[in-house]
Amino acid sequence: MTVITMPVQPARPAAGSPPPPVPWRRMVWVTWRQQRPALVTLLGLAAGLAVFMLGEGLRIHHDYASLFACRPAGSATCRDLSSSFGSGDWHVGDAINIVLQLSPALTGAFIGVPLLARELETGTFRYAWTQGIGRQRWTIAKLVLLGAVFALGAAVLGQVNSWFYQPFAQQQGMTPLSAAVFGTRPIAFAAWTLAGFILGAFLGMLIRKTVAAMVATLAAYAGLDLLTWQYLRPHYPVSGLWPAQAVEACWLLALSLLLGAATVWLARHRAA
Amino acid sequence: MNVIQTSGLGKRYGGGWALRDCTLALAAGHLAAIVGPNGAGKTTLLNMLAGLAMPTAGTATVLGDQDPGSAAALDSIAFVAQDAPVYKNLLVSDMVHLTRNLNRHFDQRYARARLAQLEIPLKKRAGKLSGGQQAQLALTLALARRPRLLILDEPLSSLDPLARRDFLTTVLTAMADDGVSVLLSSHSLPELDRVADYLIVLARGRLQLAGEIDEVLARHRLLTGPAGEAGACARRFPTVQVQQADAQAHLLVATDAADPAPPGWEAHPVGLEELVLAYLRAPSERALGRAGLPGLSHVDQAEPTRAAR
Repeated sequence: MTVITMPVQPARPAAGSPPPPVPWRRMVWVTWRQQRPALVTLLGLAAGLAVFMLGEGLRIHHDYASLFACRPAGSATCRDLSSSFGSGDWHVGDAINIVLQLSPALTGAFIGVPLLARELETGTFRYAWTQGIGRQRWTIAKLVLLGAVFALGAAVLGQVNSWFYQPFAQQQGMTPLSAAVFGTRPIAFAAWTLAGFILGAFLGMLIRKTVAAMVATLAAYAGLDLLTWQYLRPHYPVSGLWPAQAVEACWLLALSLLLGAATVWLARHRAA
Repeated sequence: MNVIQTSGLGKRYGGGWALRDCTLALAAGHLAAIVGPNGAGKTTLLNMLAGLAMPTAGTATVLGDQDPGSAAALDSIAFVAQDAPVYKNLLVSDMVHLTRNLNRHFDQRYARARLAQLEIPLKKRAGKLSGGQQAQLALTLALARRPRLLILDEPLSSLDPLARRDFLTTVLTAMADDGVSVLLSSHSLPELDRVADYLIVLARGRLQLAGEIDEVLARHRLLTGPAGEAGACARRFPTVQVQQADAQAHLLVATDAADPAPPGWEAHPVGLEELVLAYLRAPSERALGRAGLPGLSHVDQAEPTRAAR
């Protein structure tokens, strides 16, 4: 009689044959579950800001249209309209602009930095990086997934802002390339947000101390921003808005890739 | 197949060597204990075997010929670091799901059954568990991966005696059921005396002794004789430690029962704890050969023994 026994457990792989890797898609849940508080907070703030900008934007566009259409220009009515637009509306516009200009740096400092520095500080990297997926795939997946989400969110917010800020830019006769508006246009804004996030993750991995890396991220981001509008943007070989946006996005993307690769290299070679 | 094989393995941090010249071969099926004081290089060795740290010198392979940290090695080795790190803000059920997602093999039924048995609630935050429960959670997650080698760094140090017993029972059950090999470190030996069958002694970053416990005990003896002849006797045998009282000397020597004691000397078998303490008290600066037999290492003018008092 032949007895056929079935293995209860799947057979273990024979030594020597490299196992198929853990699928990338598993990292979607892992990243979501681990970064959920940060993601919910950030995307919540972004959504709140977008709603606020849409609401205020309608009012501001209406105010500006009334002001623009007001005749005769020197009348008391027109002066009232002008002063209300120049104070109340401009305050809202300036505040929104400052928040947006700062947000890539803050994303880098408060979400990029802790991504790896917290793991190193609390010792949980010893858990995460000894699982079957391996630290390289783990690090790449987190950087790519979060970077993509933040860049996408920034692009949407930048698009809302392009419309929101129109009256102010028109009134001031700003060119599309002026510093106040260029960096928060959708393409450049997405690229800056991605670069800020990856810069934070890189410095967190390099410095390994959350607070110190946050300070370094804010400083490095400010330096990069200053360098860009002082020295780089004036030398872009194109003059139109979208070509210039593309140039800025390209080099920021290249910088992000470089910093991302350096982060993965550090994670691979300098863990313990 | 050797689950662990190292040759001249060394790791330097900053200026100093945390581990040097470590040559070791551990066959499958053992529960091996790495014993040594704090700073002996235990964590450094385990980190290199788990693929977390890169060797500065020498080589290490795991599970036959795999590089530590390679995909194949990570797939079959489960590592629980010191203080059993878990994500404190995640629920226990999230830790289970997380580990399942990060590995090709994961026995979710086993994990849930064991957590239920340990009365660890799935809906509690991992950070709110007691130290013993966190250690058990980390061990459960590691075992549910069905590893071929389980590496545990100081797993017992944060546990109370009851939790220690439960923890070791879990490990021994997994060894019996699943044939997993276990390598664990500890700075105190007594808690491992009954469970480990292979011993690795580290001190000051050097391997002092390695071998199956029965065999290590069989090749060491305690010789007692007149203090005046201690020097001559110590030259004749590879001596680990000399303790002299007024009239009597006690020599811990590496020699088996077939070798007769010199005239006037009495030979006794040596206890495991006594043996390990002798190696820790007089750590050899030289690396040991495969046999783990030291030469004359150190003469310890120890406090008078009980017999002399």
